[in-house]
Amino acid sequence: MSKSVEREAVIRARSLTKKYKDFVAVDGIDFDVYRGESFGLLGPNGAGKSTTMKMITSVSQRTSGELTILGKEPNNQGPEIRAHLGVVPQKDMLDRELKVWENLVTYGRYFGLPRKWLKTKVEELLEFAQLTEKRNEKADDLSGGMQRRLAIARGLINEPEILLLDEPTTGLDPQARHILWDRLFRLKEQGVTLVLTTHYMDEAEQLCDRIIVMDKGKIMAEGSPAELIRKYSSKEVVELRFGTDKNEGVAKQLEGKSERIELLPDRILLYTDKGEALLTAILDSGLHPVTSLVRRSSLEDVFLRLTGRTLVD
Amino acid sequence: MITQTLITQAVAIAEKRAKRPGASVYSGRAMTMIERSLYAAKSSNWLIIISGFVEPVLYLMAFGFGIGQLIGDIQDGSGNPVSYAAYIAPALLATSAMNGALYDATWNVFFKMHFSKVYQVMLSSSLGPMDVALGEISWALIRGATYSVGFMAIAWPLGLVTSAWGLLAIPAATLIAFGFASIGMAITSYMKNFQQMNWVNFFLLPMFLFSGTFFPVSVYPEWIQVIVKALPLCQGVDLVRSLMLGIIDISVLGHIAYFVVMIVLGLSFTTVRLKALFMR
Repeated sequence: MSKSVEREAVIRARSLTKKYKDFVAVDGIDFDVYRGESFGLLGPNGAGKSTTMKMITSVSQRTSGELTILGKEPNNQGPEIRAHLGVVPQKDMLDRELKVWENLVTYGRYFGLPRKWLKTKVEELLEFAQLTEKRNEKADDLSGGMQRRLAIARGLINEPEILLLDEPTTGLDPQARHILWDRLFRLKEQGVTLVLTTHYMDEAEQLCDRIIVMDKGKIMAEGSPAELIRKYSSKEVVELRFGTDKNEGVAKQLEGKSERIELLPDRILLYTDKGEALLTAILDSGLHPVTSLVRRSSLEDVFLRLTGRTLVD
Repeated sequence: MITQTLITQAVAIAEKRAKRPGASVYSGRAMTMIERSLYAAKSSNWLIIISGFVEPVLYLMAFGFGIGQLIGDIQDGSGNPVSYAAYIAPALLATSAMNGALYDATWNVFFKMHFSKVYQVMLSSSLGPMDVALGEISWALIRGATYSVGFMAIAWPLGLVTSAWGLLAIPAATLIAFGFASIGMAITSYMKNFQQMNWVNFFLLPMFLFSGTFFPVSVYPEWIQVIVKALPLCQGVDLVRSLMLGIIDISVLGHIAYFVVMIVLGLSFTTVRLKALFMR
């Protein structure tokens, strides 16, 4: 507790709710985002992550509850709030008719920043996004990873204190993801507060100091990735595949052998602190899985425990 | 330990502006939208842009000088003889302004709303919906005004402007373009698919042909005249024709008022609609 007293909440939400007609997209959530931290909203599609992001960006008005961003009220201080924020939308939404550098300059101009000032800022951001050589290409002609980096560079043009990233690495190949993570780490080192949504547990583990797990508009759990795993899962997981039609029958036999057991359509998950020992015991008992794997628990397991469903389906 | 919130340039600019009323809708930076359009225009297809300008010129040649030969002189509103080409030239100037404005305010806006999603991005900066509306409408009106200047550059040397009032046809055409751009963007913002967009075209062709463009509205029965005169192009044609032929009376003010109302309505509806679409 003493820690949170010292920290400054840059975003504060209490009973935050958003309804579209009869549909409740965000259902009374409470959270704080502290300055300088990297905060993640983890959950499957439709969990309410993007809606929450939109309310923070003040382009979507909450239905009820409280929300302040840097102490400001989004309902009537939208432009002021957005001047503090960098926004990297889900599908990049680059200005495809414009060149790379023009994308940055025009976006800076929307904030009213002077051309002369932007000139040096744009160079700096091109460098940061590793796009200096691509400056004169149309945004449309860049690869997926480059487009995402351009979207991030664009989000940084107003020197924001808080950068909001909606699924920053969805659709990127592993190499492009790692480059992107590296860039985000650097921003964090510079003191930028990161708020990101993701449905990739490895991304949340890599990037986030603290996460909230969302499902159906509600917060299911909150904490650091390590805390959540400790609290909601075991140290290790044994994954066994016996074939689609056999998994269910075998699962019944395995009951009681581990702390917890989850039966998924394609595999059985056994939660234990001693994975190798459990696997050996199972093999010794005469069961022959098609494939077997011992791994560390991840946020995916936390999510499964909390909701009974997998994150990515 | 509470650290001070950073006052960057962008923040300072936004906070200065925030003291004014309406700051959440309008930041006073519609101009930056025009800058964006200039960048985009550099790479757009100039043939398409020029073709929009050429169309009314072709009508002038075919009807004014072609069919005009068969018709000879006709009487203008105040009973003076005037060549057929000089009679239709003002109408075609007004049409130029309309076409130019509508190209950008309808199809291009439709594309940006539903496909390229640039408005969403603009609205996540500190621009407001009215900046976006005014910026886009202004760009469309610039195109309309440019077309009419181009048309004038052809009509004037051909002797089709018979009055010094004709100089005012350019600002008049700009006003007409502004009106059509505003209403055009407002209507487009309600359109959901291409079929609906085609209805716009379906409406435009008859309006072009029957708004007193090629023959006086007085040929219609009384009740049709009332409807036709209420159409925006007919108002524009009357306005430009009065100026180019030098028949100035109180009705000119009426036409101007008509377009001012059109601009205010179009701009308001577009702003409200952008907010409803992208800030809900």
